[in-house]
Formats: sequence, C-alpha cells, structure tokens
Amino acid sequence: MDFAILTFLAQDGLTTGAIYALIALAIVLVFAVTRVILVCQGDFVAFSALTLATLQAGEVPGTLWLLLGGAALVCAKDIVTAVRRRHAARIPLHLLTHLSLPLLLWALLGNLDLANLHGALKVLLTLAIVIPLGPIFYRLVYQPAAQASVLLLLILSVALHSMLVGLGLWLFGAEGFRTLPFTDSSFMLGDAMIGGQNLLVIGIALLLIVALYLFFGHSLYGKALRATAFNRNGAQLVGIPTELAGSSAFFLAALIGACSGILIGPITTLYYDSGFLISLKGFVAAIIGGLASYPLAAGGAFLVGLIESFASFWASAYKEVIVFTLVIPVLLWLSLTTHHVEEEH
Amino acid sequence: MSANNPLLNVERLSVCYGKVEAVRQVSLAIGEGQIVSVIGPNGAGKTTLLGALMGLLPAEGEVAYLGKTLQRHHGVAQRVGQGLNLVPESRELFSPMSVEDNLLLGAFSRHRQGHRDHGLTLAEVFDLFPRLKERRRQAAGTMSGGERQMLAMGRALMAKPKLLMLDEPSLGLAPRVIGEIFRIITELRATGVSILLVEQNARAALKCSDYGYVLENGEVALQGPAAELADDPKVIETYLGRKSAAPAPAAAALAG
Ligand SMILES: Nc1ncnc2c1ncn2[C@@H]1O[C@H](COP(=O)(O)OP(=O)(O)OP(=O)(O)O)[C@@H](O)[C@H]1O
Ligand SMILES: [Mg+2]
Repeated sequence: MDFAILTFLAQDGLTTGAIYALIALAIVLVFAVTRVILVCQGDFVAFSALTLATLQAGEVPGTLWLLLGGAALVCAKDIVTAVRRRHAARIPLHLLTHLSLPLLLWALLGNLDLANLHGALKVLLTLAIVIPLGPIFYRLVYQPAAQASVLLLLILSVALHSMLVGLGLWLFGAEGFRTLPFTDSSFMLGDAMIGGQNLLVIGIALLLIVALYLFFGHSLYGKALRATAFNRNGAQLVGIPTELAGSSAFFLAALIGACSGILIGPITTLYYDSGFLISLKGFVAAIIGGLASYPLAAGGAFLVGLIESFASFWASAYKEVIVFTLVIPVLLWLSLTTHHVEEEH
Repeated sequence: MSANNPLLNVERLSVCYGKVEAVRQVSLAIGEGQIVSVIGPNGAGKTTLLGALMGLLPAEGEVAYLGKTLQRHHGVAQRVGQGLNLVPESRELFSPMSVEDNLLLGAFSRHRQGHRDHGLTLAEVFDLFPRLKERRRQAAGTMSGGERQMLAMGRALMAKPKLLMLDEPSLGLAPRVIGEIFRIITELRATGVSILLVEQNARAALKCSDYGYVLENGEVALQGPAAELADDPKVIETYLGRKSAAPAPAAAALAG
C-alpha cells in the first residue's frame, strides 16, 4: 500500500467517520433525554438524501406526503385532546402551528419551477421537509409511551423503522440515488490528492458538532435538555415540560440526520433502506461512548469510519462484519469496567 | 392574613395510589405572606399532599390558587409558571451539573416567559446562601447534604415563587444547619414569599409558622394557629415530647 492509497483511505474514513459522529451524537442525545434508542436515525439520513435527489431531478419528493400525513395526525391528536378538555378555543392555534409549514411547502413545491431552482434552495427545502418529521414521530409514536421501559421503547423504534422502510420503498422506489456534488475541486498536498468534497463534509460536520457543543454547554435550553437527561423529576419541577424536551431532542436528531444526508448524498449511493446500516454504525460508535459520553461517541465514530474504509480496501466483502465485530471487545470492556446505566422510572 | 381570600385554598382533596387512599378529604388554606406547616408521623401523606398540589399526582377535590381553580390538566410546568414551586424531600438536583447551572435552570420557566433578569435573581440567591456562591463551579452531586438542601431551595427561589412548598427541609441536617434553614425560611416570608412547610421537626416548624395542620393517616387530625397548636396537650405529647417520648409518634401511627 503506497502513500497515495493510504491518504485516500484515511480521507474516506474520516469523511464517513464525521457522518457517523453526527449520527452517534444524535443517538446519544435522544437516548439520554427520552431513553429511546432511535433506530430510525439513519432513515432521516437516507430520506433527506433521497428528497434532495428527487428535487434535483425536478420532481416533488414523496417525503412531502409523509410530512403532510404526519402533521395531520399530530394535529388531529391535539384537537381530540383539546375537545376532551373543553378547550375548543385552542383548535385554531393547533391547526395553525401544525399545518402551516407543511401546507406552505406543499404550495411551494406545487408551484415552483423545480428544475431551474437554485441548488441551495433545494437544500433548504429538503431540510424544511425532513426536520419536522422528528418531532412528529416523537408525538405520534413515543410520547404516548413516555413512561414505558427501554425495551418497549426499542420495540416501538424497530416498528417505526420498519414502517419507514416500507414507506420509503413506496415513496422513492427501489432505485438508488446520488445527489450532485457540492464541488469538483481537489488539490494536492505533497503527493496526496485531497478531495474538496471530503474536506467540505468534514468541515461542515465539525461545525455542526461545535454548534451542538455550544448549544448544550452555553444556552439555557441546551442545559435544560441535559438536565432532563440527568433528572426527569427535577426537570419537571423547574418547569421543563417532559414533552417539550422530547420534541426538542427529536427535532435536533432529525436536524442532524437531515444535514448528514445532504452531506453524504454526493459521496454514497443511497437507497430507501440504507438508513439501517447507517444507524447501526452510528450506534456502534454510541456504544463505544457507553450511550452517555458525547466525545467518546464522536471519537468512536471516526474509528468506525476509518476501520470501515481500510477494511473495504483489504477485504471489501467483509467490511460490515469487521465493523460490527468491533463492538464485541468494546462491550466486553464496558461490561467489565462500568456499572451499567441504571434504569429509573 | 385574609383567610377569606387565601393564596391557596384546598377543599376535600383526596389522592389514591391504586386502591389505597393516601390523602383523604384534606382541606387547608394558606394566606398571602403566611407560613403554614403540616406536621405528622411517617406515612401520614404529607409528601403525597404536596405532590398533588404540584400536579405531580392526579387528585380529587378542588384546589384554588391565586383565586383560580387549578384543573387536572394544569401540568407541573404550568403551575411552576404561576409561581408555585416545590422543594421535594429527595431534592432532585442535576447532580453532574454545576451549582450555578442548577440555579440557572431554576429560572427556566421565567426564561420561557421572556424574563431575562436571572443575573439579579442569582445575586439575591447568593446573598441568601453565600455558601452556594463559593461553590458555584462545583458539581451539585459532590455537595454535602446541607449544601444540597440550600441548593434545592436556591433553585426553587430562582423561579421567584409566590408559594414555596418545602418537604422536610431539615431532613438529615445538623442542628446548626437546621437553624440556618429556618432563619432563611423566616427571611423569605419577609420578602413576600408564602410558604407551605412539611416538617418532622415539629417544634421548629410551629415556632416559625402562622398556622399549622396535623396530618394523620391522610386526614387532618388537628389544626389551628401555630402558637395554639404548640400548646395543645396532644401535640405536645405526640410531636413535641422530649427525647424520651420519641417513640410515641410511631406508636400513634401504628395504633391509628
Ligand atoms: N408511589 C406510591 N405507591 C403506593 N403507595 C405509596 C406511594 N407513595 C407513597 N405511598 C404510600 O402513601 C402513604 C403516604 O406516603 P407519603 O410519602 O405521602 O408520607 P409522608 O407523610 O410524606 O411520610 P414521611 O414523613 O415518611 O415522608 C404511605 O403509606 C406510603 O406507603
Ligand atoms: Mg414525606
């Protein structure tokens, strides 16, 4: 193996590693706040890349229907609650908050000349369609079972993921898509060629990670999310509604997933069911961090990315096996050194 | 202390755990600027009562706060937003976070309402508890029991409560720290905070209170102005007895 191949593999590994780091952070975040293991985190990634690819092909993406349907259900749920509590006055407010964005997007996508739209606007449209799905899934699937055990929540996660894969096939078809690259530029660093696209992905991923760090470390809302993760009762007593914390965690997870999808779209061909493997690798990284430590999870993600990249060079047929075998020693080590996270109620 | 127009008025409140009725038909009132204490043996339902008032537990009966009836669906966050705050028996701090972050989170509800004067409130809380200021970078979980109680109270005060409910603030503390906590409770009243105090330390509680209730087996067994209650022979025998009479409350609870 010469230097050129080494740098190529390392670049590749760090690029996918950066994406896995984002996924791992989202998984740790959602688990800490809601105890949900978010199996569908990778589906946000796949759906966002496929949504962007469809927009770039000049068509209306199927995720719009998913958004409209989901928002209508959440809205119906809130209206039923309002009627039960004799709060009919709130119904217009619910209609407005839940339906205005999806309907606006529907109107926009129906009337814009998608083929000639600026690329950046397509990215914005993709984010606007995919991110609201996070809170919608929380409200529809997890919030009704907020008091349930981790196991039951995991079963719900698997069910939601299976449903999304089915819907994905229906909405996008079985074909794989790649989005347009952001840049074709590349430059030489010594003997090694550095791809501009790779640098862009790593750079944006790092920026997102720093933004998340600042949000959680320095804003009161970020601290409130962390506080909810540490002590749900205490959080309630200072007036943090559990529901708001859950919705926010899912919002951030969907945001991270959607951005990851846009970043990874030009590098990898994604299919309607690509989400699962992405989730699983993010999850391996999250496990390395004990589902609790953000820096360890991010570090683990870069490790997973590098191992995957080198494994695909030496033994490409076994690259997934090699990545997932990695979990075993980590789990052994964790089970020997730490007392497991106790489940509260 | 206009009992006609109380800050909190509770009528026939009942709370059940499954089939067990832990609080039965309890009525009580707290006037503006009052300290009202609830004393009673272990398992009498004091913590349950506070949980129900805070909206943590579903309850039957009527609770009026600030002249308006609190409905079942008024969640904890909504009650906190109206200046009703609880310092629970178990403190419920955010252990890995710093003392200062714990305090700032106490202002979350006001922050959501758009207030941005937390710096001032924080300075007031630090004035009240200088110890917290010294330790503001320390993780809450590494504080001593007394410091944790101060932090829990400080965090509740960051919400600028109108009615502060304290569940056994003196639990497990050294006599000197207990004295300090009660001094602060009295100081708080002077700043206009009304207080509902649940205590095992009946003597100290009744001494600083305006009014008192004795809760036994989920029911109000006795009530009256604190000074009168402290002179009541039954209260003296059961709750204010000297050390030698200490087993009496447990015996009374069992017999009841
Ligand atoms: N979650 C629960 N499920 C079932 N029963 C409960 C629950 N919490 C409390 N109880 C019961 O309700 C009764 C009242 O309990 P509570 O904690 O309110 O008493 P307390 O007056 O605060 O006692 P202490 O002075 O020991 O704190 C007790 O008999 C207790 O066993
Ligand atoms: Mg108690």
